[in-house]
Amino acid sequence: MPQTAVKSGGKASDRIFTALLYALMTTVGVVTLYPFINILAISLNDSADTVRGGIYLWPRSFTLDNYRTIFQYSNLLTAFGNSVLRTVLGTFAGLFSASLIAYSLSRKDFVARRFVSLALAFTLYFSGGLVPVYMLIRDLHLLNSFWVYILPGLVSAWNVFILRSYIDGLPFVLQESAKLDGANDLQIFAKVILPLCKPVLATIALFLAVGQWNAWFDTFLYNGGRTSLTTLQYELMKILQNTSASGGNAAAVHGGQELANRVSPESIRMSITIVATVPILVVYPFLQNYFVKGLTLGAVKS
Amino acid sequence: MQRVRKGGTSFKLWREQKWLFLMSVPFVLWIFVFNYLPVWGWTMAFQNFRPGRAFGDQEWVGLSHFAELFADERFYLVLRNTLGMSLLGLFVGYTVPIAFALLLNEMRGRVFKRSIQTIAYLPHFVSWVIVAGLVTKMLSVDGIVNELLMLLHLTDEPIQFMAREHWFWGVVTMSDMWKETGWNSIIFLAAIVGIDPELHEAATMDGAGRFRRMWHITLPGIRPTIMVMLILSIGWLTSIGFEKQYLLGNPIVSDYSEVLDLYVLNYGIKVGRYSYGTAIGIFNSVVSIVLLLISNGIFKRMTKESVI
Repeated sequence: MPQTAVKSGGKASDRIFTALLYALMTTVGVVTLYPFINILAISLNDSADTVRGGIYLWPRSFTLDNYRTIFQYSNLLTAFGNSVLRTVLGTFAGLFSASLIAYSLSRKDFVARRFVSLALAFTLYFSGGLVPVYMLIRDLHLLNSFWVYILPGLVSAWNVFILRSYIDGLPFVLQESAKLDGANDLQIFAKVILPLCKPVLATIALFLAVGQWNAWFDTFLYNGGRTSLTTLQYELMKILQNTSASGGNAAAVHGGQELANRVSPESIRMSITIVATVPILVVYPFLQNYFVKGLTLGAVKS
Repeated sequence: MQRVRKGGTSFKLWREQKWLFLMSVPFVLWIFVFNYLPVWGWTMAFQNFRPGRAFGDQEWVGLSHFAELFADERFYLVLRNTLGMSLLGLFVGYTVPIAFALLLNEMRGRVFKRSIQTIAYLPHFVSWVIVAGLVTKMLSVDGIVNELLMLLHLTDEPIQFMAREHWFWGVVTMSDMWKETGWNSIIFLAAIVGIDPELHEAATMDGAGRFRRMWHITLPGIRPTIMVMLILSIGWLTSIGFEKQYLLGNPIVSDYSEVLDLYVLNYGIKVGRYSYGTAIGIFNSVVSIVLLLISNGIFKRMTKESVI
């Protein structure tokens, strides 16, 4: 750190500024990471020992019992399965729809271009509201159905626009030469455009996957009564809301009892939180470069 | 003759662009169903809607649900909470990421800077369910925040953060800040990279320190981006959703945690008062469109450009 201060001019005020800057940024890093490390430590610590308090960065009495316990709770396996399934299906379906629409919108000669574009843009600012959407889902017989996780959100205008601006930036010559070789639009899309879009497709896949993995409200609203359709975030939400939702005050409600006998609710909550977080932590660092580019691109364009 | 020729061209057009139509029009029909059709459901607000009855058999009641809504004291409380938390969120959600981007840009150590970025973007990808759990844990009576406060003798006994209704807006805003600051700064960082480096060199020659260059060059340099983002989010003021409020709230603080969408959930869907819930939803949509148009109008006058 001292070298940076010297490099950047050497003025006393600049050096103080640099020191404060690095101190502040370190604080930001610690404040962001600490909660994750703390719950990881608690989830790996013996439940009875945790109650004594004082677990910060690492477990004091290491055990995997908490994890063993939560996975005996059969709902959780179903929930995990459904969450994985909706994430995989939802991501592919979303990529499929977004890339097809985006390609047609990138073609300046497409006659319905403006119409499609407007129809999509409007959805960014406007929604029918909770009740009308609920009634629609009910009328379409999507209540208590797995498909309610995939179908309503199939088309996302935001993703289409990010992808379109990426395709707009590709050289048009490639398409023209493919056309001269006798390829139709679908072939051009599949063989020329799509392979070039890998970086932006990765970005969108990340957004879609995270959105699917993190969703809980659709389960709550549409599938709350069907345990076979439950999702991990929804189960976690129920457990967090039920067991002492208000941080140890009088509003603490009973719940999670079936688990509480062996392992304290605190440990249960922490281990489920880790199970729900880890998949994201695993994929995220690999995709960081992509999403920064993708996000900037989309925002600059719109 | 003419008709035949016209048919000929549209057939030709169809043949040429068949695939483009097939790629996009089915999806437009799709969003028509899932995004536009619900607007038809707005008619429910003017009926005493009963599920299962045909449209013609519904009882029409005019604006009585709206009258009831505007007469409800709870509604004004909820509106206050919505606008209060929105405005707080707007303010913090703007100033903090901009400041963070400016400061991040001043960092010279590449590895350290990248690590901080990686860490700061991370919470964006974690669900509100988890964040609410983390916040509740950190702010609990035996949580780290209380331990630190007691260690520093700022308080003698643990504070029950989640049970103080007057603090709820603050808790929501701080959680939001924790989760989204890094992510929201990405766009400003990108804008900063686009600033002409010669400006900085010139200012350095004139003897400007780092802080002054940041204030007089970098900040004005990203003003267009700041303006666009501001207008966009004003349009979303009343549509802040309810996730945070639902997950962080509890019965003790409900006078300060209930927002419009939660009100719809609690007094519309849960008890089956669909018409009333729809009326609230319509109110919400109309307000956000009006806000969007107003802010876009102001923006147009200032920059002669339109965001929408």
